[in-house]
Formats: sequence, structure tokens, C-alpha cells
Amino acid sequence: MKKNWPLWEIFVRSKNGLEHRHFGSLHAADAEMALENARDVYTRRNEGVSIWVVESKHITASNPENNGELFEPAQDKVYRHPTFYDLPDDIKHM
Amino acid sequence: MNKDLYKYILGLADNCLILGQRLGELCGHGPSLETDIACTNLSLDLLGQVRSYYQYAAKLKGNDVTEDDIAFLRIEREYLNVLLVEQQNTDFAYVMSRQFLFDTYHLLLLNELQKSHDVTLAAIAKKSIKEVSYHYRFSSDWIKRLGDGTSESHQKMQNAIDALWTYTDELFHQTEADKMMVKQGIGVDVTKLKETFYNKVSDILLEATLVVPESKYFQKGGKHGVHTEHFGFILSDLQYMQRTYPKMQW
Amino acid sequence: MSEEKLKNLEEQFEARIARDEKIEPKDWMPEKYRKTHIRQISQHAHSEVVGMLPEGNWITRAPSLRRKVALLAKIQDEAGHGLYLYSACETLGISRNELYDQLHSGKAKYSSIFNYPTISWADIGAIGWLVDGAAIINQVPLCNTSFGPYARAMVRVCKEESFHQRQGYEIMLKLCQGTQEQKDMAQDALNRWWWPSLMMFGPTDAESTHTAQSMKWKLKRKTNDELRQQFIDQTVPQAEILGITVPDSDLKWNEERGHYDFGKIDWDEFWQVVKGHGPCNKERMTARVSAWEEGEWVRDAAMAYAEKQKTKKINKAV
Repeated sequence: MKKNWPLWEIFVRSKNGLEHRHFGSLHAADAEMALENARDVYTRRNEGVSIWVVESKHITASNPENNGELFEPAQDKVYRHPTFYDLPDDIKHM
Repeated sequence: MNKDLYKYILGLADNCLILGQRLGELCGHGPSLETDIACTNLSLDLLGQVRSYYQYAAKLKGNDVTEDDIAFLRIEREYLNVLLVEQQNTDFAYVMSRQFLFDTYHLLLLNELQKSHDVTLAAIAKKSIKEVSYHYRFSSDWIKRLGDGTSESHQKMQNAIDALWTYTDELFHQTEADKMMVKQGIGVDVTKLKETFYNKVSDILLEATLVVPESKYFQKGGKHGVHTEHFGFILSDLQYMQRTYPKMQW
Repeated sequence: MSEEKLKNLEEQFEARIARDEKIEPKDWMPEKYRKTHIRQISQHAHSEVVGMLPEGNWITRAPSLRRKVALLAKIQDEAGHGLYLYSACETLGISRNELYDQLHSGKAKYSSIFNYPTISWADIGAIGWLVDGAAIINQVPLCNTSFGPYARAMVRVCKEESFHQRQGYEIMLKLCQGTQEQKDMAQDALNRWWWPSLMMFGPTDAESTHTAQSMKWKLKRKTNDELRQQFIDQTVPQAEILGITVPDSDLKWNEERGHYDFGKIDWDEFWQVVKGHGPCNKERMTARVSAWEEGEWVRDAAMAYAEKQKTKKINKAV
């Protein structure tokens, strides 16, 4: 069983009429917790009418324009994040 | 001044004050940064409600009495909070159990208090209920996570619920002042909330795979100012500055 | 990759920064850039989190309801700042667990100011006024730093930080306008927090190793000494308004320089605290390590529950 809380990306719509904007990320065990945490962290000063949470691993990103072939091998990951890769739990030193 | 109304307000507010105080102790010591922020949020909401209540009570008392006089300068017997909220932050299971039991009650209470004939109390209730709905969602989610999590968390949750169960009955007691307020359409008849409370709580506990305690013995006294041993220590912290440096502005 | 290609990439990279372009997580970056940013951003994040502790001490003893809620809100902000910064740091390819490991093992540092004790209510005022004041001076330039996530995190942090400093100063003001006991309390706090606050800007320029590189990458706009001078120049008049005395007998306005001259900083004390021998280093670390270790069963339970719910959903759909 995976023990670490996965990473979630948080998108907040500050006001009706505006689009959702990426505010940052946080760790949560599930979507419900991610929403609760996002509300606590990112809308403390009444900054939001709507929150979207997405597990970071579910985001597919494009490549930046420059240097395509020199790119990080996992081209569709959002970050360089090492724990995005699903490895068996008992692998050591990785 | 309507002495019964004044006492009634204290009863409502003191619960939030002491619970807010307990939650404040946790800051920086929670199981994750995210839960630290969440618990601080709970505390802030509760203390905000406290200030609304005490400011109203201060107005009733007159004589330039302030919210701080009421918060900090009473003696132990004059605080009317229930025993449940005084219980210690033994571990996170205790913290969430205490919160969940109180939130379930608090939400039911505020739902009725919105209809109070006292305009100020009704307004405070209307504002607070939004916050408390969130508190209830938060704490009941954690009961489920911990109850139906690992065997270790399950055991800790069961222990906490078993230990705190004895403080639940007091939530539905009424003092003479309470009864007076109910008669005047100002206060909530909490005896009528009891059944719903235990049903709601049982539902969540069962969903969390926990056993509903069958305790027959319940503790009481808080509503009459007779508190647990913890209370003196809570007051030591709470009142320290105001007692050590009397009559100063901060 | 050939050395020439690498050199080419590095030149392009530096040119982008010079043009004020932001570097985002997936952009090619020199390993040194990545490592330096991980170090700086994580230290910043750790500082916010450890910083919750000296102030957290006074939540239960705040002298009024208004002060209690303001203090709670401030500390909550700090937790939030820690979170924004950890998020920014994680985009560089390091996990939150690793970052905590580094903090708990002593491998990573945090601002040494938080190793000092808060022994009176006035300390809470002094921290808001001086420590947050110093932090603001360090942080505002970072809003334009080259790494996108760090810059954006800093914009959020700076917006919230000004409330913190004002809150601290207001506490001091109230004390200084109060009784003799309160004035003494305020003076005492200034006496103890002044020099450590100056040390927040780090060693003198002569002793600083990373400056040139940091300037290029817009991690720093001014040197340690320049920022320290800026802090002193802006804070001394604030102390004068309060009517308390900065504990430096060598402090004197220098008309020629247009700045305050000030006394010698005790660098022995600075290094002692940085190396782990300050008044509260052990307590701070113990608190953080305990919270993390004692919270493990909670985090594990949350994951276990989430997994079970996922399985339930799958079984339902089938």
C-alpha cells in the first residue's frame, strides 16, 4: 500500500466570470481531503467561489517549445517529480 | 439586565471558547501541515463566534464591561461550558472525536437557534451555521478515515470514542436559565435534539466500522460551573496575562 | 551530451534569465540551478514551519480575544506559506518526505532566528515587527526571481506578510503607550530580538559564498550587508516612535553616508546558533520530529481509507 499522500494541483476560480487559475499544489490522501485542504489553504481570505483539484499524475503537459529532443524522458509529466513513477513499494534506494 | 439571557449566552459561547482554546494548543504539532491549517481554521471560526456572543453579553451587562472581561476574568464556577470541550488533546483520534461529537450537536443547535426570537442570537446562529456545517463535514470525514483506516487507527478511534462518550449526555441538559429562555422563545430546547444527535452519530460511527458505545454512565456538571480537573489548567493559561497584569490595554 | 552542447544550453539559459524570462519546472536548467533552488526554497519553507513554534507558544496565553485570533491567523498564514514554498520546491523533483527528512536530520537549515525563545508577550510583538520586517526586506525582491513557481509563491507570501508586520508593530505600540510594566516588557523584548534580527541577513558580504551566482539567477538583488543596512535604517525611526531604545551604543546617524552606523555583531553567537547550539534548537527539532513521527499513524490511516474507497468504487462499477 502506498503510504505517501499523493500530490494534487489546485485550481481556483476567484469570482464568477473569471476562469479557474492554477494556485499551487498540496498533499492529500483523497479528493475530498484535497478539496478541504485547498479551501483552508487557498481561500482563507475569501478568494474563491470554486475549487478544482486534480491529482498531479493525471495532468498531461505539453513540451515547452525549445529543445524538444533534449527533454526529460517522461515528457508527459508535470514536474520532474520522482514519486510520480509507480514503482513497487519494496524497491530500495530509489 | 435579563440574567437568564446573559447566562444563556455564556453557555453558548463558553463551549466555543474552551474548544477553540484546546484547538489552539495544537498549532504546529499536527500530523501534517495541511491538518495544522485546518485545525487552526476551526479554532479561528469558533473564537470568532465567541467574540460575537461575548460582545452581545457585554452590551447586556453594560457598565463598560468588555468581551475580554467576560472571557478572562471570571472564576472557574462562572464558566458554563460542557465537560466535553475541556477534554485533552490526548491524540489525534481524541481531537477528532471531541470535535465530531461537538460539531454534530453544534450544528443541530444552531439550526434551531436561527429561529430565536432574540434577533442578535438568530443572526449569530445564521452566520455561524455556515462555518459549523464545514466543521461537521471535516470532523465526520476524519472519523471515517481513522475508523476505517488501518487497524491501529481503528483501535485508537474506538478508544477515543469510548472515552468521550460519557460526556455526550450533558449536551442535552438544561439549566434553569436555559429553561427560561426556551419559554421565551429565545433559547433552544436541547432535550429535543438528543435523539437526532445519537442517530446521526451512530450512523457515522457505523459507517466508520466503529462500535457505538453502550455506556450507561454519563458525567455532568460543566453547565453548572463544576468542571473537570483539566479546567483549572486551561484557565491558568487563558487568564495568565490578564491576572498578572490587571487592568491594562493590549 | 557533448560539452559544447551543454555550454550552449547554459548560455541560452542565462540569456533567458537576463531577458527577465521566467524558468518553469519543465524547462532545461543547469543542475546547479536546480540544486541551489531546492536548497533555498526548502530552507525558506522550513523556516515558515519552524517559525510557527515560537509564536504558537503564546496562542493560549494571548492577553485579549482580538490578539488571540490575530495571532492564530498569523501562524496559520505561516503554515500556508510553508505549503506554498514546499509546493514550489517539489516542482524541482524532490518529494515532501525527502524535504522533511532533510529538516529532521539536521541536513537542511532554517532561519536561525527561530531558535530563540519567546519568553514574554512582548516577544510576539517584537517578532512581528522585527523578524517579519526583516523577512519582508528579503522577500519582496524574490517576487521577481527567475524561477516561476518560487516567484509566484513569493507574490502570495508578500501580500499576506504586510499584515504580520503591522500586527507586531501594533502590539509594541500598545505596550509602549501602556503602563511602565508594559513599556519595560517592550524594551526587554527589543533588547533580546534586535541583534538576532540583524543576523537574519546572514554573514557579512566578505564571508558570503553564494552571492554572485544568486544575483545572476535573481535569487538576490542586493547583498547581505546592503539589506541589513536597509533594515536598520528603516527600523530605528520606528523604535523612536515607540519610545524604546535600540540596544546598540554605537548606533548613530551618519550624515555623510546617509545611513546609520551600528555596532559589531557577535558572529560567534551567530555561528553557534547556526551549528545547533542556540537556546531552542533542540526543542524546535524535537517538536517537529515528534509531530511528524506521532502523526504517521494518522497519515497511514488516511491513505488506507482512500485506497479502500477506491476499491469500493471500482467494485461498484463492475
